Amino acid sequence: MTPHRSAWLHFLLGRLTLSAIPYDNPIILWTFVVVATLGAAVLGAITYHRLWGYLWREWFTSIDHKRIGIMYLVLAIVMLLRGFADAVMMRTQQAIAFGSHLGYLPPHHYDQIFTAHGSIMIFFVAMPLIVGLMNYVMPMQIGARDVAFPFLNNFSFWMTVAGAVLFMLSLFIGDFARTGWLGYPPVSELRQSPGVGVDYYIWGLQIAGVGTLLSGINMVVTILKMRAPGMTLMRMPVFTWAALCSNALIVAAFPILTAALALLALDRYAGTHFFTSSLGGNVMMYINLIWIWGHPEVYILILPMFGVYSEVVATFSGKRLFGYSSMVYATVAIMILSYLVWLHHFFTMGSGADVNSFFALTTMIISIPTGVKIFNWLFTMYRGRVRYDVPMLWTIGFLFTFTIGGMTGVMLSVAPADFMLHNSLFVVAHFHNVIIGGVVFGAFAAINYWFPKAFGFRLDPFWGKVSFWFWLVGYWVAFTPLYVLGLMGVTRRLSHFTDPRLQIWFQIAAVGSGLIFLGILAFLVQIYVSIRRREALRDATGDPWNGRTLEWSTSSPPPAYNFAFTPLVHDRDAWTDMKRRGFVRPTSGFRPIHMPKNTSAGVVLGALSLCCGFGLVWHIAWLAVAAFVGIVAVAIANSFDYHRDHHIPAEEVDRVEREYRRRLAAPASTP
Amino acid sequence: MSTTTHDSVTRDATQFYCTEEPHPENGTLLGFWIYLMSDCFIFASLFACYAVLGTRYAAGPSPRDLFDLPMLALNTALLLLSSVTFGFAMLEMARDRRGPTLAWLAVAGAFAAGFVALEIHEFARMIAAGAGPDRSAFLSSFFTLVGTHGLHVTVGIVWLVTLMTQIARHGLNETNRRRLNCLSMFWHFLDLIWVGVFSFVYLVGVLR
Amino acid sequence: MRSKFLRNLLAAPLALSLGGCHLVLLHSAGAVAARQSGLMIASVFLMLLIIVPVLIAIAVIAWRYRASANPPDYDPDWEHSSTLELLVWAAPLMIIIALGAMTWIGTHQLDPYRPVDHADYPRSVIANVKPLRIDVVSLEWKWLFLYPDYGIATVNQVAAPVGVPIRFHLTAATMMDSFFVPAIAGQIYTMPGMQTVLHAVVDRPGSYRGFSANYSGSGFTDMRFRMLGMSAGDFARWVAQVKAAGGDLNRETYARLALPSRAEPVHYYATFSPDLYSRILDRCVQPGETCMSRMMARDAGRATPAGRHPAGRHGRTETNL
Repeated sequence: MTPHRSAWLHFLLGRLTLSAIPYDNPIILWTFVVVATLGAAVLGAITYHRLWGYLWREWFTSIDHKRIGIMYLVLAIVMLLRGFADAVMMRTQQAIAFGSHLGYLPPHHYDQIFTAHGSIMIFFVAMPLIVGLMNYVMPMQIGARDVAFPFLNNFSFWMTVAGAVLFMLSLFIGDFARTGWLGYPPVSELRQSPGVGVDYYIWGLQIAGVGTLLSGINMVVTILKMRAPGMTLMRMPVFTWAALCSNALIVAAFPILTAALALLALDRYAGTHFFTSSLGGNVMMYINLIWIWGHPEVYILILPMFGVYSEVVATFSGKRLFGYSSMVYATVAIMILSYLVWLHHFFTMGSGADVNSFFALTTMIISIPTGVKIFNWLFTMYRGRVRYDVPMLWTIGFLFTFTIGGMTGVMLSVAPADFMLHNSLFVVAHFHNVIIGGVVFGAFAAINYWFPKAFGFRLDPFWGKVSFWFWLVGYWVAFTPLYVLGLMGVTRRLSHFTDPRLQIWFQIAAVGSGLIFLGILAFLVQIYVSIRRREALRDATGDPWNGRTLEWSTSSPPPAYNFAFTPLVHDRDAWTDMKRRGFVRPTSGFRPIHMPKNTSAGVVLGALSLCCGFGLVWHIAWLAVAAFVGIVAVAIANSFDYHRDHHIPAEEVDRVEREYRRRLAAPASTP
Repeated sequence: MSTTTHDSVTRDATQFYCTEEPHPENGTLLGFWIYLMSDCFIFASLFACYAVLGTRYAAGPSPRDLFDLPMLALNTALLLLSSVTFGFAMLEMARDRRGPTLAWLAVAGAFAAGFVALEIHEFARMIAAGAGPDRSAFLSSFFTLVGTHGLHVTVGIVWLVTLMTQIARHGLNETNRRRLNCLSMFWHFLDLIWVGVFSFVYLVGVLR
Repeated sequence: MRSKFLRNLLAAPLALSLGGCHLVLLHSAGAVAARQSGLMIASVFLMLLIIVPVLIAIAVIAWRYRASANPPDYDPDWEHSSTLELLVWAAPLMIIIALGAMTWIGTHQLDPYRPVDHADYPRSVIANVKPLRIDVVSLEWKWLFLYPDYGIATVNQVAAPVGVPIRFHLTAATMMDSFFVPAIAGQIYTMPGMQTVLHAVVDRPGSYRGFSANYSGSGFTDMRFRMLGMSAGDFARWVAQVKAAGGDLNRETYARLALPSRAEPVHYYATFSPDLYSRILDRCVQPGETCMSRMMARDAGRATPAGRHPAGRHGRTETNL
């Protein structure tokens, strides 16, 4: 607190002082009180029910891809609440901060909120959602028992958590970046942002980025190497194809983010001149690098969801997917093209007309394979028998919403039009249109679709529909006004307005965010109600939707080993094929199954990375160094463990399979 | 998933599952190869930065003032020798001879350590001469590109020592062979990167 | 009574969107902006050719093939039709070819570096005169405008005669901003040490909203200015008024002006140091700072054999020499 701290204290705490805790800010104080109360309640409940041991053994240290997938989804939902709280604060501020009324958030605070909202929603909501879904579903779709590197999978998850925790710490210790979600210099350089905010941003993303990259490698290898016999590439379910393309993009794009952020960190920590405006630095370099990652990133998010919609449409239309090969080629085309469009994020930087035209055209070309996908889903429903269960509702909502979002996207790709629309609220409306309409709707479709597989009972359809309608209507009420405001020439990231004619639109948008809030609430209620009514919603068959792919051939929840015998695949819709041709469950001949053992190394490494990140943010050298040495030591020590697997005895497999057959034979308890 | 199982599958359509456990080939080498490709993207970004910023001397020293070609030749020779000796170690591994494998690995490691030592010495000399990474964008991108490569070599050495301990303790078992194969890829990958650094940074820098 | 209420209810959104808001992007006061928004609207109509049928088809198919209707032509194995596949690839392709051609031409014609002249804008009245040059500097957090032809400088207000082509040269002191007057022309970034160029023309007299469209720190929200379009006579009077205000913008006054400030009021300088803009661009306004151009000349001289001069324009954003 004092400007002249003793050298000892400085060594011990770096630049961390008591004044870093924003106890004078009532908003943050109350947030802290609420978070602390809720956190204490949850921790208390876990302790009271003596669940720590169970959680540690069965979940935290688990290398089971299904458990890790579920943990990713839990992380995403928790962070969604944080990111959405930011969104509500922004909408409220913009709805009231007109004329002499400055709103309740000074720029210092408001600018942190839009930065946190963007980066949290992308890195700690959307990414865990897709990684979690791919983790849960993909290995089962290809008939595998786990991913290629189960330990790495656990480690990746804990690195993502460590990044998220570092982001959350910035709320209560120090502050967060005030740069916008991509941390453009010069705003993010030391001169303009000397505080810890940008450092929290950098290290949070670097730590989580390690997890994402390793998870990407893991999934690619899993898909390429571990498919069940008979499953050729062109027999893979479309979700698996989408996962392959998405992870290939992760492997090729995330290193560039790592490099860009590392260079920014060097500028801030080592005084280099990569992006400074003196001694030869060049900010355009950062903006290019970050978007060479950033544009593929949006396809990393949307491709798996395209896969989800493909599965859902085929299942609920009771029909094979129309134009499978078209769908695959379209996915691959999008994957490749996504690398050739990054400059459309800064047509206004002054590149020549030839360069701008090139990137405008490549951007438009992406809409062709995307359009093909929309048509293929449409023709899958055509001549089908469409059941409107909740996942299908989300899919129809997606088709309408995403089509419009695609159109506004192409509008933005017209370079001269972008000179008018760039950085406006129109852009904000556009990317929420495709991210909410595409990624979020897809995530809800997927959660409603695969929940019964994961937990053995379906999600309550009534609350699912309530959630869907609030989200759908809420989205349109919240973001149509932003389209209009964009056309009125209103730019993004403003914390205060002078023109009173704009206010009504911001107020409508605020109402929309309230509707979305009810949608989120309804989703939480849906989960709660479903757990309460789980006996009524129970699915004994493991195949509640008459599914088409291999994950529906196991019990719900699936056994740790997924498949007692590795399936043989003869057709694209492998499970439909098995059902049609009279598949009978094996009753004998079970063998011991070779599975990896749980490990605590992932949790430990994640925790050490968190300490290292915290030390780096606050310039606490000893902590950063000690944690880093710890990471290396644990990694090396871990490599001396040669006994990482065990066998599930044949008798155990027999018992589990017998139990499943017994449940299948029993009369169905649900209509 | 061997091709033989695959063929029998397509022939016998009445079978829905494998009664014999299929043994998918280990994905570690492929995974590590993909990791190297992703690492390539990091180096590509750094090379791109150097391409853009490498002539921004900010009125400070330029490559001609700084680069010491004889030293560089020695440095490069050390790294290449380290690669060759690592190759000898791999040959010994193929012959399943633990002792010679370890011996060649030690030689490879020593050469690499020499490389890193020389590089640190070079860096120290430049920084002492006022040509540190904060002097100009050229030097920022130079130190970062070359330093990142050096950091990789250092990590390689740590890994090498770990693996030598493990081989000494457990012999050339399957796991250790797989690890040694990965490290070998890593080692040669760093050589390739160095060829890029050598030509693109040093030679072009001095010739420019 | 009831029908009237209903009619009002239906009319409300329409009234709100037409009367209640001013869609400045669709009501331009400058030839460049008009062409840009024209292209935007054309692209929408072109896309609606395919979007509208698709939206209708989603609704129709979703309803027609609902399970409860037990569709008679249900075929669980129907998954391929070469005709349809051809159609689904060809239809968007056609639209994109048309849109792509439009965009290619539009991007070249509306390139901000391309001077505005009558040939490109036959419907605007554009005088065949030498363009008015205005040098623009974005500061923390205000806009500085320098008129080299008139020797005057202004803060947060810029004026130009109607119908006279304007050539903006833009740079930034420290942050990266985006210069944007929606009614007049599309935006362009301003970056320290670099120069961008924007051509525009004001079609109608009026006062137009301008601002930074790229977040540049805590004062960004208030980084607004007014662009005034005037008749030639009014413009001459405005110049005289600026001159009459007195004040000189030199190194010292610039250093004070460049300090971060928010919601800076409009003010004028009758004179400014002639090399001020080039020094800002060169990042050597203050004594003791080495100009970037000198550094780069030295770098180039050192690195190349005599005679060759490799440093130069990087793309179109001119790095200062």
